[in-house]
Amino acid sequence: MPAQPFTAVSGRAAAMREDKIDTDIIFPARFLLITAKAGLGDYAFHDRRFASDGSKIEGYVLNDPRFANAPVIIAGANFGSGSSREQAVWALLGLGVRTIISSSFGEIFQSNCMRNGIVPIVLPEGQVAALMDLAQARAIFSVDLERQELGAEGHAPISFSIPPERRLALLNGWDETDQIVNQYSGEIEAFEIRQRQSQPWLYTGSLQREHRRRPSGQLQEGL
Amino acid sequence: MTKPRTLYDKLWDSHVVAELPGGASLLYIDRQILHEVSSPQAFVAMREAGRQLRRPETHLAVADHAVPTRARKDEIADPLARSQVAELEANVSEFGIPYATLNGPEQGIVHVIGPETGFTLPGTTIVCGDSHTTTNGAFGALAFGIGASEQGTVMAAQVLPQTRARTMKVEVVGQLGRGVDAKDVALALIAKIGAHGAVGHAVEYTGSAVSAMSMAQRMTLCNMTIEAGSRIGLVAPDVTTFAFIKGRRLAPVGPMWERAVESWRTLPTDEGAVYDKVVTLDLDDMAPQVSWGTSPNQTLPIGAAVPNPADIADPIERRETEKALAYMGLEPGQNLADITIDQVFIGSCTNGRIEDLRSAAAIAQGRKVAQGVKAIVVPGSAATRAQAETEGLDRVFLDAGIEWRFAGCSMCVAMNDDRLAAGQRCASTSNRNFEGQQGPGGRTHLVSPAMAAAAAVTGHLVDARNLA
Repeated sequence: MPAQPFTAVSGRAAAMREDKIDTDIIFPARFLLITAKAGLGDYAFHDRRFASDGSKIEGYVLNDPRFANAPVIIAGANFGSGSSREQAVWALLGLGVRTIISSSFGEIFQSNCMRNGIVPIVLPEGQVAALMDLAQARAIFSVDLERQELGAEGHAPISFSIPPERRLALLNGWDETDQIVNQYSGEIEAFEIRQRQSQPWLYTGSLQREHRRRPSGQLQEGL
Repeated sequence: MTKPRTLYDKLWDSHVVAELPGGASLLYIDRQILHEVSSPQAFVAMREAGRQLRRPETHLAVADHAVPTRARKDEIADPLARSQVAELEANVSEFGIPYATLNGPEQGIVHVIGPETGFTLPGTTIVCGDSHTTTNGAFGALAFGIGASEQGTVMAAQVLPQTRARTMKVEVVGQLGRGVDAKDVALALIAKIGAHGAVGHAVEYTGSAVSAMSMAQRMTLCNMTIEAGSRIGLVAPDVTTFAFIKGRRLAPVGPMWERAVESWRTLPTDEGAVYDKVVTLDLDDMAPQVSWGTSPNQTLPIGAAVPNPADIADPIERRETEKALAYMGLEPGQNLADITIDQVFIGSCTNGRIEDLRSAAAIAQGRKVAQGVKAIVVPGSAATRAQAETEGLDRVFLDAGIEWRFAGCSMCVAMNDDRLAAGQRCASTSNRNFEGQQGPGGRTHLVSPAMAAAAAVTGHLVDARNLA
């Protein structure tokens, strides 16, 4: 399903001066029972935003009305580490986040971001710290993915880079699966033909049987 | 002859379908395993785009994360969990994906049943919507966790764009002492190199101590690699690997078996191959490890005391330590062996295999759970559970007052009713001790199965070697 094309982003940034904000902080596990993708914004950073009685926690950056719908987050190292849950990204999207700046990201999370229209920008720690100061001073940030340039009020423009294929997909709102199927079907076919020769056991025996459904419609166990 | 290559190089090179602009590659994915919590949106995307799976027979699905472990009745009590499993079952039926039914003989945690069924093979690429997919690297497979969107790409096209990692060798030297196991080695490594010590690297574990490890121990080691920041953890396949796989339902047979083994023998790292980074871990004098904080790197040997922030020079580390101590309700300088626990969890994809249960049972044998402690053993799969019962391990646990459960992820991720109340402390054989990991406000201490059993029968963290 194509995502929305990534258009230029402009707005305030929420600074989170903390390393290792993992995906369980971003999206607590108990909400993983929800299978929907939309409407998850309420659960983003849930246990940081809300106390156990449901009241808002004073002083948390996202509870500050000046930063509540900030399209940019600037965070400490290893943002999005831990569990692979893509719900963390969908929840951030639900909050209106479109760009995250950090010195490093959890790898799976970083990939999930780009699949969903959030641009993860990696910058050196020192630069991230300086940008956090600007963010807290309520500077307006702008993200130009076309030119791969990050702007912040009171700072010279900063270049960043996103892998070319991902950047194109983000700019056009292309679905990556569509991209791959449309462009690489021939190569995939050619690979399988070669692999059948070099690793035939990956294509034989039980792997040759098609999955059959019993006449009653019951599931067939195993292969 | 071409340049000597590492195991990772060989796995990578043999799976490149195409090079992508900007330096990434399109990698062929041989196997994908799916579970009920991370797959729903992948199927939604397939349905919306009107796609079919390219090779459904290379997939396997199971419900593990949110399933109850107390009882396996026909209907799951919790409506959300029930609905999630129902959605998975409808999806696998619609798309023709092999499925290990909830009450069937192959159900279990994804990274336990992959190896058990022979689904996991050396020389393959394997993915799953779970970060601990690294477990399968113990077989010399390139295995890593992915999100729901990527699961959809694999279902439709059997490929994923990936960026090649740098290589890190973890040379494990010395010999595992009595009462020290792979879980301790993994924790000690993360304590040494940090929770992002391996970021951007594919880790390969080497050394005679690793070769001497069983498959279960290698799996524990590879499982924990993600906690050091790397989503690739590898052990080269060898005769131990082949012996484990042979005869399993999905393993190659006959002449195909011979051909496969011949191919797998070429996988180990070549003489003279160069790694980007080398770390050495010395097992001599290594004691059982315990995590005290809220990140797996905040780990110490059982005989140590909890750190004092005042003694820490680095201000960032000091602040992190203060924060962790506050959350965990610990005093600076408190002896680890004095820390009392409320619950014990033995299980998870890290330590839910038959060997882990034997290790725990050896400590629990003839002893009773301490007053006020609740302990559960959750086997990693139905097959492991059945095996444990033929060995009488269930009786050992039940006689000790330890609950004997059905297979699932259970208290590792606390998505079902197995969870900690705020402030409760748990000795756990799982893989993460983040704030709230086992329930909001829950306090997790990561340990090996023997150490968890020892904590259960004494009521506090303790050196299990003193009980053996």
